[in-house]
Amino acid sequence: MSTFVLILFTGIGLGALYFLVASGLSLIYGLMGVLNFAHGAFLTIGAFTGLWLMQSVFKSSETVPFFASMIIGGLAAGLFALLMEQLLIKKLYERHIDQALVTVGVSLVVGALLAGWFSNDLRLMMLPSFMNKAWMFAGAAIPMDRLVYVGVAVLLLLGNFALLKFTRIGLVIRAGVENRTMVTALGVNVKLAFSFVFFLGGFAAGIGGVLIAAYSSGVSPLMAGSWLIYGFIVVVVGGMGSVGGSFAAAMLIGILKQFTNYYASSLGDFVIVAVLVVVLLTRPQGLAGKVSA
Amino acid sequence: MSTLKVTDLHVSIKGSHILQGVTFTAQENKVTALLGRNGVGKSTTIKSILGIYESTGSIDFDGRSISGEQTYKVVKSGIAYVPEDREVFSGLTVRENLDLAARDENPQWDLVYDLFPELKTRAGQRAGTLSGGQQQMVAISRALINKNKILLVDEPTKGLAPKLVTEVADALARVAGSTTMLLVEQNLPLVKRIAENIIVMDQGKVVFEGSADRLNDEAFVKQMLGVSGGHH
Repeated sequence: MSTFVLILFTGIGLGALYFLVASGLSLIYGLMGVLNFAHGAFLTIGAFTGLWLMQSVFKSSETVPFFASMIIGGLAAGLFALLMEQLLIKKLYERHIDQALVTVGVSLVVGALLAGWFSNDLRLMMLPSFMNKAWMFAGAAIPMDRLVYVGVAVLLLLGNFALLKFTRIGLVIRAGVENRTMVTALGVNVKLAFSFVFFLGGFAAGIGGVLIAAYSSGVSPLMAGSWLIYGFIVVVVGGMGSVGGSFAAAMLIGILKQFTNYYASSLGDFVIVAVLVVVLLTRPQGLAGKVSA
Repeated sequence: MSTLKVTDLHVSIKGSHILQGVTFTAQENKVTALLGRNGVGKSTTIKSILGIYESTGSIDFDGRSISGEQTYKVVKSGIAYVPEDREVFSGLTVRENLDLAARDENPQWDLVYDLFPELKTRAGQRAGTLSGGQQQMVAISRALINKNKILLVDEPTKGLAPKLVTEVADALARVAGSTTMLLVEQNLPLVKRIAENIIVMDQGKVVFEGSADRLNDEAFVKQMLGVSGGHH
């Protein structure tokens, strides 16, 4: 029983990290149709910013400096995302292949710059002492860091819901995901919403970057690779443009991966790809996505 | 002057030269119907005025050029649009559809709910679950919620049951007296009821521009539209 509970909670924690990567990807694709391969760069920039703040500015990785670094790391990644949208993506709306190529290019450039500056070695990130402790639940010692990941992911999910449901910009985003042309035909400057969504996606990825660095015990220019792939899988399984769908899919994939790795000798990646294939074949719009007209 | 003047408008889409020098004027506070067989370029004309399609030529509205302007700026200059296929946001509620469109400081909620009381009772219902007629009411209300200078209305009765056609026609007739309207419509009785002027298009060009009284001339209707004077 205790093993089951432990695997369940670590799976939920992993799913929370997947959600942090996927939520921005989902909104950016849903609203703008941009397959943003630079999303991993946002994540890495957030992680490096967070590490730099903890090591050089706060000179501490205890609770307050850690969470402050996480938020500022998110903001840095959000601003970078906004800058990229303004300088590059804005000029390429409706040119999807060019957008994909540019975002791949940005990802490579950011990776190369960081590698040149810091090398590809893993740079250790210390955690607040409470995150190294465990919470005893149903006989299982649940690592506290997993609860932090889940808490942040749930806060982000609730924040997203509140934004989308109760604000004017959220209304524009929801309508824009459905029919962008008609939103503009109602006199709404949908490109402002595009820029905001890019910032929001970068912010979530940056926060995810700091937490992924905490999960992986360090920061590296190469850290985003597999997380970005899982982010895309979550977006496809959850349904493009659906933040709630991304959350459900992230949890499903995180839990499934952990259980499979434990009970079937590290076949987690294989099972997740199988889930992706099944979803694409049977419900290509994803769990929460709508069928395209 | 809330007059719309289109001069020598050309539009090509995917290599096809759809509009080939369209020229006409929609006069202030009058309803001008844009008529013609299917595929002659009526909806393309409307979308080009809105800036949804790129075009060459000139489009002047309210005394200034709106050619080449972004769609949202064109609309904010006082041009409202009711699209051919309603295009309501199915995942949004009726109220959210209207909220999205409302940009004036004092949106005309009274007018909208007076024209279509049903929308008030269905305010919290998702637009995607409405009938076609109710969706058309939402689409028209989105255009009427602001005090616009001109309405571009594209086939508002298309696909509606006869009872709903009457309801939509009544609503358009009510607003027709107080606004400039460019109406694309296949339903000739409705056009005769509310339009003062007509423009007939054929193969991407305007072939007739004049009084709607000409629609009472069976020979003219048959020659220009290929139908008798009733529905077509």
